[in-house]
Amino acid sequence: MQPHLIEFITVGLGILLLLLEAFTDGSKTRIGLIAAAGLAGILILELTACGNCTTPAWMERFYDYDSYARYFKVIALAATILVLLMSVDMKRVLSRYTSGDDSGTALGEFFCLPVFTCAGLMWMASARDLVSIFVALELVTIAFYVMVAYMRRNVGSLEAGVKYLILGALSTGFLVYGIAWVYGATGTMDLSAIDLTKPEINQTRLLFGLALLLIAFGFKVGAAPMQLWIPDVYQGAPTPVTAYLSVASKAAGFVVMMMVLEPFLMADSPVKTQLQTALYIIAGATLLYGNLAAISQENFKRLLAYSSIAHAGFLLMGIGSIDFTSVAFYLGIYLIMTFTAFFILALVRDQENSDTIDAFDGLGKRNPLLASCLTISMAALAGIPLTAGFWGKFFIFKSAIETNVSWWLIAIAFVSVATGFYYYLKVVKAMYWNNPHNDAPLKVPTITKYVIAVLASSIIIFGIWPQPILDMLK
Amino acid sequence: MLFAFILIPLLAAIAIFAGAPARKTALSAALLNILGAGYAASTWNCSCWNTGFQVLENPDIKLSLGLTGIGSVMLILSVIVTLAAVYSGKCPEGREKIWFASTMLIAAGAIGAFLSTDVFFYYAFHELALIPTFLMIGILGSGNRKAAAWKITIYLALGSIVLLAGLILAMNQMPSWSFTDLTAAPKHQNEIALLLIIGFGTLVSLFPFHSWAAAAYASAPAPVAMLHAGVLKKFGLYGLLVIGMKVAPEGMAHWLPWICILLLGNIIWVGLVTLNQKRLDLMLGNSSVMHMGYIFLAVAALAANENNSIAEPAAILLMFAHGISIALLFSLASMIERKTSTMEITQLGGLAKTAPALAFLFGLAGMASIGLPGLANFAGEVMVFFAGFADWKDANGQINMGWVQWTTIIALWGVVISAVYMLRAFRRVFQGPLVKSTETATDISICDKIPAYLLAATLLLVGFYPQIILQFINIK
Repeated sequence: MQPHLIEFITVGLGILLLLLEAFTDGSKTRIGLIAAAGLAGILILELTACGNCTTPAWMERFYDYDSYARYFKVIALAATILVLLMSVDMKRVLSRYTSGDDSGTALGEFFCLPVFTCAGLMWMASARDLVSIFVALELVTIAFYVMVAYMRRNVGSLEAGVKYLILGALSTGFLVYGIAWVYGATGTMDLSAIDLTKPEINQTRLLFGLALLLIAFGFKVGAAPMQLWIPDVYQGAPTPVTAYLSVASKAAGFVVMMMVLEPFLMADSPVKTQLQTALYIIAGATLLYGNLAAISQENFKRLLAYSSIAHAGFLLMGIGSIDFTSVAFYLGIYLIMTFTAFFILALVRDQENSDTIDAFDGLGKRNPLLASCLTISMAALAGIPLTAGFWGKFFIFKSAIETNVSWWLIAIAFVSVATGFYYYLKVVKAMYWNNPHNDAPLKVPTITKYVIAVLASSIIIFGIWPQPILDMLK
Repeated sequence: MLFAFILIPLLAAIAIFAGAPARKTALSAALLNILGAGYAASTWNCSCWNTGFQVLENPDIKLSLGLTGIGSVMLILSVIVTLAAVYSGKCPEGREKIWFASTMLIAAGAIGAFLSTDVFFYYAFHELALIPTFLMIGILGSGNRKAAAWKITIYLALGSIVLLAGLILAMNQMPSWSFTDLTAAPKHQNEIALLLIIGFGTLVSLFPFHSWAAAAYASAPAPVAMLHAGVLKKFGLYGLLVIGMKVAPEGMAHWLPWICILLLGNIIWVGLVTLNQKRLDLMLGNSSVMHMGYIFLAVAALAANENNSIAEPAAILLMFAHGISIALLFSLASMIERKTSTMEITQLGGLAKTAPALAFLFGLAGMASIGLPGLANFAGEVMVFFAGFADWKDANGQINMGWVQWTTIIALWGVVISAVYMLRAFRRVFQGPLVKSTETATDISICDKIPAYLLAATLLLVGFYPQIILQFINIK
């Protein structure tokens, strides 16, 4: 089977769901479940049918299928399925702020949009040309504009939507302008055809274009100083969309970043040193900002927003030391540990009607199993050994030390990890040290229960045995 | 096979969380481990114990366990202290789950670290104790428990992250992360040694990275204090001996003057701080920090001269002896608090009249800790001082006093300091007239005696026959 067909199937699924949505009455949660099931089918197709997929010759110029592309497609599909499942279990909150009651009649599009985003993400993983990268990225971003602002009866969600729209549009502007300059300097849109040894390449122009691109990517991944939108948008957006933003949108940003920057980070590139220096500086600033600002957060969703900035810092460090395998690995486990946290957050948000850290007080007494799963997730995000999160940081540090990136950056990164221990453990503290505000046991919906159990145990399994993920990247 | 030693406490912890009777499960796990460890130690030389599987191809990391001589000693220490820890302390009503499960998790982490024959998992298992410790001190500690819990967690996290930097820098130059592949690193030895000294040093409470220890031990529930001060703290020293000296011998020698100064900080500075303590638990916590200095002295002797034949056995023996004696002291201190509901030395007195068995055991443990002959610590300390002074003459018979020799001379005064604070505390707590808090105190029950006599007997046995521990170590 040809790999691009799978993306076409995904888009087809989205259109079918939109049609189906128009002809169903009442609660639309069924659409969400059908979408998740459909994507699960596509995931199986991706994993089985594409053992030796080949790209047709006419597509080769802008589409390529390799193990990395496949890996990121799997991440995109898994993230989308999890977002859909989370939305289904969180329908009460979503419904309250859309149709204004518990009916769930206005949620149809909310379950269809992620499918289109997913198609965009999958295409992006294979795109090998500046134009197709741009188009795929916009498909993802435009769907996100709608999803962030979807709870239209909630001021926070609307505010987040506007902020995201304006800054997203601004970053798109930077991206297009940057692409134009890079095209002007190198004379090609095809990333594999870029030849930096040609004498006529003007370094200044190229660097200017790359700087614009770095700014645009910085917006997408939340790198300092382009990170300011992240906390507000993350806090305001519906929780499943926040999870989606923090995993899939970030992964998309990094995928594009790796693809576009790769030719310029090669050993023969004349701009390699400058580009690396810029990446180190951005990574250091991102690490410091994310970690230091997270310390004082009292809202769990905001805390996760700052933590996502902090993780972007580590990932940028990985890109700076040109170790893309580690970055890809990190993104994969980041999905697992972040979704564990968000599933539990969505559950608590639904039942306590609050997403502050106080809402988790005494969770250890109210629901020990949930509390231990969240503890595992926090430990993984903090990077405690024997959890998958540790391997992510370990690989990044290892290659950073191996490639001799600046000692300052490494020192900042190590201090950041130690800071992380503090703010992630603050959640653990709330769950176990503090007494619950009410003793009513939390109701855990069926889907959430199984998903959390699977995610938390895979954090431990990959924490001891990370090789399976790396095998996917071979 | 060796996986059983880690899995037994780990599964016990899970079972306790799932609702199994907490105390009984923990006790049977600890007993099972002690029996297994006895058998394993008697056959430690057999390569049949080595086991493991590959978890990562590049870098080459295996989850491999094996029994080395030093590892066997630490295994025995771990299981003995674990059993005593399960018996010790008074668990508050209704908190049995977290109390015993955390104790089991900490024990599993310690045992896992000492059995690992791969640097990565040696490091990783140690961190298994981090969150249980954080929870135990934070929920069930005494005094200013929240501050103490944060302090120990942040310090240990920072220390282990510095350590990780050092380990990565070193292991990047090795063919694999296995202990058997450790050789002197061709590059960056000074940086590696510095990072390892600070990293392991923080975990061992080397001066000036020690301030977390006393507060945390004083606040921690008895089992946590026993396991941490007795077993987990030895992780760093074990690491310096087994990894640090192997990968960066020249680097360690380079920093020798600093090691000497810092270890004197432990022995003299912290010794004087200990003298000034008004609370029994803080005094014990500080004394445990102080005694780390002696073990560091052995490390320094080894750093100064790799061929120093008694430095390593001395360090191991003292690590074992200190682990047992400090665990016994913390266990007894928690009993004193339970009987008299105070830890202030000034509010205690004459306890020997109402609780003679407690007084006898505390006296024995105190004597052991200050190094009275016949008890295990004496054998260790004497060997450390011999090791420290070993090279005072060069090959031509000329007197050649180096950093280590001078340090040893100053360090000897530490023995006087510990005698002063320990004997003074004993006199104030157990002798003199009865006071309000001790009038109604009762002697310890049979249940309390079991762990105390177990540890006390170990101290005596090793004191009279140190060979029982030294047989595990090749004296060159």
